[in-house]
Parts: sequence; structure tokens; C-alpha cells
Amino acid sequence: MHKNKWKAWLYLLPAIVFLGFFLVYPLIDVFVYSFEEGYNSASETFFGVGLYNYRYVLREPFFLQAVVNTFILVIITVPVSTGLALLISAGLNHITPLKKLFQTIYFLPYVTNTLAVGLVFMVLFKKTAYSDGMINLLIRLFGGESVDFIDGPYWAKMMVTCLYTIWIVMPFKVLILTSALASVNPDYYKAARVDATPPWRVFTRITLPMISPMIFYLVITGFIGAFKAYSDEVALFGVNLNAANMNTIVGYVYDMLYGDSGGYPSYASAAALILFAIVLTITCINLLISRRRVR
Amino acid sequence: MKIVLSHLTKIFPNRNKKVGGDVVAVSDFNFTIPDGKLIGLLGPSGCGKSTALNLICGLETPTAGKIFFGDDDVTDLPPENRGVGFVFQNYALYPHLTVLQNILFPLENLRGERKLSRETMLAKAKEAAHLVQIDELLERRPGEMSGGQQQRVAIARALVKTPRVLLLDEPLSNLDARLRLQTREEIRRIQRETQITTVFVTHDQEEAMSISDEIVVMESGVVQQIGPPQTVYDDPVNLFVAKFLGTPPVSVFSGEIRAEMLYIGDAPVLEAKGLRDQAVWAGIRPEGFVPSPEGPLCCRLTGVEVMGRDRSVVASHPSCQSPEIRAIIPAETPVDTASDTVRFCLKPAKTHLFSRESGERLRAAV
Ligand SMILES: Nc1ncnc2c1ncn2[C@@H]1O[C@H](COP(=O)(O)OP(=O)(O)OP(=O)(O)O)[C@@H](O)[C@H]1O
Ligand SMILES: [Mg+2]
Repeated sequence: MHKNKWKAWLYLLPAIVFLGFFLVYPLIDVFVYSFEEGYNSASETFFGVGLYNYRYVLREPFFLQAVVNTFILVIITVPVSTGLALLISAGLNHITPLKKLFQTIYFLPYVTNTLAVGLVFMVLFKKTAYSDGMINLLIRLFGGESVDFIDGPYWAKMMVTCLYTIWIVMPFKVLILTSALASVNPDYYKAARVDATPPWRVFTRITLPMISPMIFYLVITGFIGAFKAYSDEVALFGVNLNAANMNTIVGYVYDMLYGDSGGYPSYASAAALILFAIVLTITCINLLISRRRVR
Repeated sequence: MKIVLSHLTKIFPNRNKKVGGDVVAVSDFNFTIPDGKLIGLLGPSGCGKSTALNLICGLETPTAGKIFFGDDDVTDLPPENRGVGFVFQNYALYPHLTVLQNILFPLENLRGERKLSRETMLAKAKEAAHLVQIDELLERRPGEMSGGQQQRVAIARALVKTPRVLLLDEPLSNLDARLRLQTREEIRRIQRETQITTVFVTHDQEEAMSISDEIVVMESGVVQQIGPPQTVYDDPVNLFVAKFLGTPPVSVFSGEIRAEMLYIGDAPVLEAKGLRDQAVWAGIRPEGFVPSPEGPLCCRLTGVEVMGRDRSVVASHPSCQSPEIRAIIPAETPVDTASDTVRFCLKPAKTHLFSRESGERLRAAV
């Protein structure tokens, strides 16, 4: 028995070493950096220990803007994308001819490169001196005023970002939800039919509870993913997100490390830990709710 | 509510290109299920029992034919408007709802003038729960109950909206042997109390015989025989029905009729008045064998098993289809167990003759 225990640890050793080096050690390091004031990465020196970095970051307008952007993004894209995915997969589940084809079509954005999709969105939404872009042509067709979605007002940029994010995250959700829907035993629906259950009630009282574990999984991972948004914004607005007012928390962390204003690992660490605290809180709340609701 | 099936047919299109022909799951059903009776729909796996039940329920639409509930033609009515209660083989209880919520579910669906007040619903649900004796389990979830209890909940859910017809698709097949016995009595009791016309599907002949007022024996989508269980058992119309009913099963011998006499091997065993000379199958019920020193049918004796009240004589005969003949005899009938052979007389009423070509029953004049 004792010998076996050692054997088990031995088998685990490669994984532990690997995770230790690349996950645990950096985590601890980030934690330490965030409390070291005036850390200099070249000389590896610092003045003192305290909450100065947090105070600085929390007062910086760029960081606050990034927090606001991230929250707007999360609050809009997670519910909308999950809801839309639910509608689409419920629809997919109902059609029989060409079901496979439509499933593939809905999954395509998932395997498409983020930057390529970003480029397409740029072409669709951008307004230049020479052309208005597809969307603006449509808006004008219906008598509206053309807007520059990439370089224009804040709400327009935010709208495009949300659209783009929803577009990117939806295929995975559709995939998960169609398989969840398909795995519900058809006898439940037969029983509901014999009992004259109205369609809406079938959906809310049978389908939704049956797939609720999957929905909550998608909501939780959706929140986490949206809080970590960065590459989508780069794909749309380029690397200077602060200038575009479109930065996210992860974007801010990146800028603090490597951006034009970079070279401040302490500020980056503090910002990263703030993000960590936010994600942890939201995930705990989610889990608490799902404990209650999902069986 | 009596149910009339008229030329009811269901054909499933064949999707398997290698095997030609469509699947005729139900072929030209013509019979009437009397009001307030319990009917057992009986047949081997894949013979179309579930399909027939789904047609009555409305979950499947017939390819041809009509279904009447009483005098109403319900053929084109969707299941929700037929007023049927359906118990599924796996019960299909909603796992996230409690027993009470499950039973309430059909009532909460009622709309318009049939809508009930909350109190009436609760009263009805409790009444249904009481009928199937699950009053103490109302707050449980299906996952927290035994198979037998779940089954009762399923019946309660089907009964709560007082359906015109109750349909049960192999409701006992998920239960163990003892529970199955108990529960089938329970179904019988509930049916007697409610007097709802009930169709009960099973592939277990004993189950069907023990609780049905009438049984419908079917094979490959075709009805073979309809009648009270005892009648069908005593007077099967063909070899399939004779073989399908009864445990131990009938022993089928290849025999021959010569000069109005049935021969098995070379032995003349029974008179067969009015039948022409031909090759036949002779099906003999286990209780049709009477051991007797002068009996014409001589079999090789394998053993004698005592089963309490009766004894079971195990023997073999070269003309018998199965390697083993089982005869049930009263315990006091003497059998010489030391001997290698045993001789039987045959009871004419327990020996049925069937045509070798068609398997149809041949009836000797009495
Ligand atoms: N949806 C369907 N499409 C094609 N063929 C079907 C369909 N449903 C049933 N069948 C066929 O119809 C026949 C009868 O099926 P059914 O389910 O009624 O049998 P059953 O008597 O209930 O059998 P079991 O005792 O195994 O439940 C079978 O040959 C089956 O393969
Ligand atoms: Mg079946």
C-alpha cells in the first residue's frame, strides 16, 4: 500500500513539475509583484511593499475605462449569445431535412480565425473617405445617417464589439446545446403531447430543466471568456486600444507589460489580480445560483 | 368508452435498401374493445404491439383504417384531443419534478373552460395518488423511488385527468419478478375501481392471461386470435397461438392422420373423427398427458420433478419438435421412476391438431 502511494506520486511527477513551473510559480510571482512598489525588472529591485500598485491602477482612467468596457461586453454578450444559441439550437433540433448541413454552417465561425473574422467585420462596418462600407450603405438605404463603427462614436464601436464577440462565441454554444437537446429522451415529449402540453410550457417546464446543466456550464464559461476578452478588440481596432477607448482589462494588463506605455509588471500584476477577484466572485455567484436551480 | 378498430393498418417505409419491402407493423386490425374492460395485447417482440398502441393513442397516424372511441371517429384527432392516458415502458416521469408536480402536470395543461382551480387540481392529484397508494411519496423525486413506485406514479399521472382510455406499454418489464406479480394485481385493481377501458401491452403471456378480460394475440402485425384468456388457451386457432400461450409450453409432435386416427410414430394415439388423411402437427398441453401402463404414447423417461402440489414428468420422444416433453400430473398419480420409459394416454380436449402446411387448427368431430 505504502509503496503504491509513492508510485502514484511518481507518475504524477511530470505533471506536477510542469504545472508548478508554468502555472503555480507564475501565479505566486504575479501575487508578489502586485505588492512590490516601484519594481524594476532590469535591476530586479523595488522600494517597498504595499498597496500602492492597486491604488495607482484603480485611479488610472484607462484602467477604469477598460473595466467599464469589459463589464458592458460581459453583460451584453453572455446573455444574448446564450439566448440566441438556445433559439438556434432549438430550431435546428426541429428541422429534419438538411439538419447536418445547417449544424455545420453554424459551427463554421468556430473554426475560422479570429483575425480573419475581424477583417470581415472591418470591411462591413468601416467608413473611409472613399466608401461607406456595407452596413452604412444599408443604413443609408433605409434613410439613416451613416456612422463610422470602427473610428466613430463610443456606442457604435461598442455595438460592433458586442456583435463580433457574439458571432465568435455562438458556434460553440450552439454545438453544445444541440447535442444537449438531442440527448433528451423523446418519451418525455410524447408524454407531454399526450397530456396536451402547450409548446411554450413544453419548452420551459421540460426542455429547459433537462438541459439546464449545459446552459449553466455555458453561462459560467461564457462569463469567464468574456472577462478575458482582448484579441477580438485588437482584431477590430488594432493594438492601440486605449486611444480607441476600447481597451479591456486583459488589454490593459498587456499594455502595462509590453505596450507603448509598458514596462510596469507591478501595475500589470495588480490589474490581473483585480480581474481575478472579479471573475472569482462572479463564478462563485453563478455556482451558488446553479446549485439551487440545476438538478 | 368502447374502442373500435376498423381495418387499421400501419406501414413504415423501408429505409434499408438491402432488404426490400416496407415494414407492415400493424395489418388490417378489426376488433372492438368493449367498454370498461382490460385488454391484453400480446405477442413476441417486434410484432407491432407498441405501434398498435401508439395508433390508438394518436402518437402514430395510421396508413389506412379508422379508430373510434365510442361513436366518435378519432382517427384524425391528435393525441392531446383524444383523452387518453399513456403509461410508457420507462414511465417517462419528469425527473426534475416531484411526484405531486408530475401528477399535477396534465391538469395544469387544461385551458379554457376546462381549466381547474388550484384546489381542485390538488384534490384530484391526491385522489389519484391515493388510488395507486403513493400518498406518502408526494414530495419525492422520481430518482428517489423504486421502479414499482415510479410505475404507480406513472399510472397516477395517466389517470388524473380521467382519460376515456388508459394505454399501458409493457408497464411491468422494468420490474423484478416478485414486484411484477404485485404490480399487475395492482393494475387490475385500479382498472376495476376506475372502470376505464384499458389496453395493456405485454410480451409475457402469463401476465396477459392473469389480468386481462380479453387477450389479443398478434404476430408480425397480424391478429391471430381474440378472446377471453381461458378460451384462447383451451381453443387456439393455430399453432402459433398454441405455442405462445402456456408454461410449460405445448409439446408439438409431428403426426399423421390415417383412417380418422392420429398416429405419432407408429402408435395410434387418438381418434380424429372427420379428418382426412394428412400429415399434422399435434400440440399437447402439459396437463393433457395421463400416465397409464397401457397408454399408446411411449416416451423415454428422463426424470420426475416434484413441484409441491403437482409433479412434472420430463420425457423425450423422437417425433417431438423439442428435445424435452414436460407433462404436469397430479402428485398422487403413480409413475414408475425406475423404468426407462413412460406411457401416456392423451386427453382429447388438451390435444390440438394443426395442418402441416398452414398451421391452422384442424377440428375433429366430437
Ligand atoms: N418508426 C419506425 N420506423 C420504421 N419501422 C418501425 C418504426 N417503429 C417500429 N417499426 C417496426 O415495426 C415493427 C413493430 O414494432 P413495434 O415497436 O410495434 O414492436 P413491439 O411489438 O412493440 O415490440 P417490443 O415487444 O420489442 O416492444 C418492428 O418490425 C419495427 O422494426
Ligand atoms: Mg414495444
